[in-house]
Amino acid sequence: MRVNFTLNGNRVEVDVEPNEILLDTLRLRLGVKSVKRGCERGECGVCTVLVNGKPAVSCLLLTVQIDGSEIITVEGLYSDDLFRELVEEFSKNFAVQCGYCTPAMLLTTYAFLNKAIRKLLKPTKEDVIKAIEGNLCRCGTYPRVIRAVMEVLERRISDCG
Amino acid sequence: MYYKLPTVDYYRPKTLDEAIKLLREVENSKVIAGGTDLLVDMKTSRVRVRALVDISSISELLGVEDLSETIRIGAATKLQELIESRAVSQSLPLLKAAVESMGSLQIRNMATIGGNLCNASPAADTAPPLLAYDAELVIAGSEGLRTIPSTKFFVGYRKTALNSREILKEILIRKSEWSGWSYIKLGRRNGFTLSVVAIAVLAKVVDNVVYDVRIALNSVAPTPIRVYRAEEVIRGRRVNWGLIEEAAKTVASEVTPIDDVRSTSWYRREMSYRLAIDALARALGVA
Repeated sequence: MRVNFTLNGNRVEVDVEPNEILLDTLRLRLGVKSVKRGCERGECGVCTVLVNGKPAVSCLLLTVQIDGSEIITVEGLYSDDLFRELVEEFSKNFAVQCGYCTPAMLLTTYAFLNKAIRKLLKPTKEDVIKAIEGNLCRCGTYPRVIRAVMEVLERRISDCG
Repeated sequence: MYYKLPTVDYYRPKTLDEAIKLLREVENSKVIAGGTDLLVDMKTSRVRVRALVDISSISELLGVEDLSETIRIGAATKLQELIESRAVSQSLPLLKAAVESMGSLQIRNMATIGGNLCNASPAADTAPPLLAYDAELVIAGSEGLRTIPSTKFFVGYRKTALNSREILKEILIRKSEWSGWSYIKLGRRNGFTLSVVAIAVLAKVVDNVVYDVRIALNSVAPTPIRVYRAEEVIRGRRVNWGLIEEAAKTVASEVTPIDDVRSTSWYRREMSYRLAIDALARALGVA
């Protein structure tokens, strides 16, 4: 089946069998290697992508289901100011150990921050913890991830006034 | 592990009528909405199907609507949309609390309320609130629509009142003034977890007398259940700790839990009793 969608702002057309999952389309057909293979049953979150701006796991999405959607991975966010700021804080706070969960962790926290800033919300540390429930990190970097997100949040929300 | 999904046909109808026609005409076809349960079941060969009928873009099945007396929830509405809906926050706080405890953000962005009900897991977390609200379910089939009470929807372990050619269209919940509610979910960990036991309570207390009460649980029987005998113990009585204790004991005697990977029958019964005490105390306003 022919499927059209945008990947990081570029229009893409693929011809796939209905049983192909988005994770495989991204990694094997389109060479997007930041999207990792993990549990393949929606529990670990390393295959997270943004579908129309919202985090979703690409292991439980058929590629045919995303026809007409906008898919974003970290590759598409290099020039985004908020994303660069978040990466900078991840780096400063050593919120990375082995790095396997990192692209997905960045996408989830980016979507969280984006929404908070856009809707002028004032999320708490508990909200950040809740937001990353679906991103497992077996190195245990959670406290550092939370710190990194809180630092961006505090700066951005006070900037917003 | 490297799962491979079996070969399958895929249809994405634009209308409910088209979807029902497909279910009738395509042999061994099954509805897919969010896919967060179904695709896992297909990967692990628990479910085998020839064709998938994707109902996630049928507009008749989407969204929450406030119809003044009633809240209407389309079956293919995503769980995260329920949490963010003003109508749900204002009129159905018990449902909101239950949905917030479900899955992860990624899963809630994909999974639907209808999928959670139709998958009919004994641990379905949208079920206890809907059973407590006495929600009505509108089912679409080739002969048109029929409406059944949610309390008649779960007919056995992973079995619903739907036949294989019907689709759950929407959930209707009549608005009502409750003086208190509570929802407690016990899992193996705090976040992103399946229920070991969950309990939902709605109560209407006037001048310290219980005018109405509804109690529903999941993971303690082959289906999510209401515990009518415990409700009967409380209804019409004055609120005090003795009454709560008596009702909680009745809850524990009404559940029929099993041993499985997440817990034991003994523990589930014990926790049904203890959670019932906490949940009733909160909902009846004595905590």
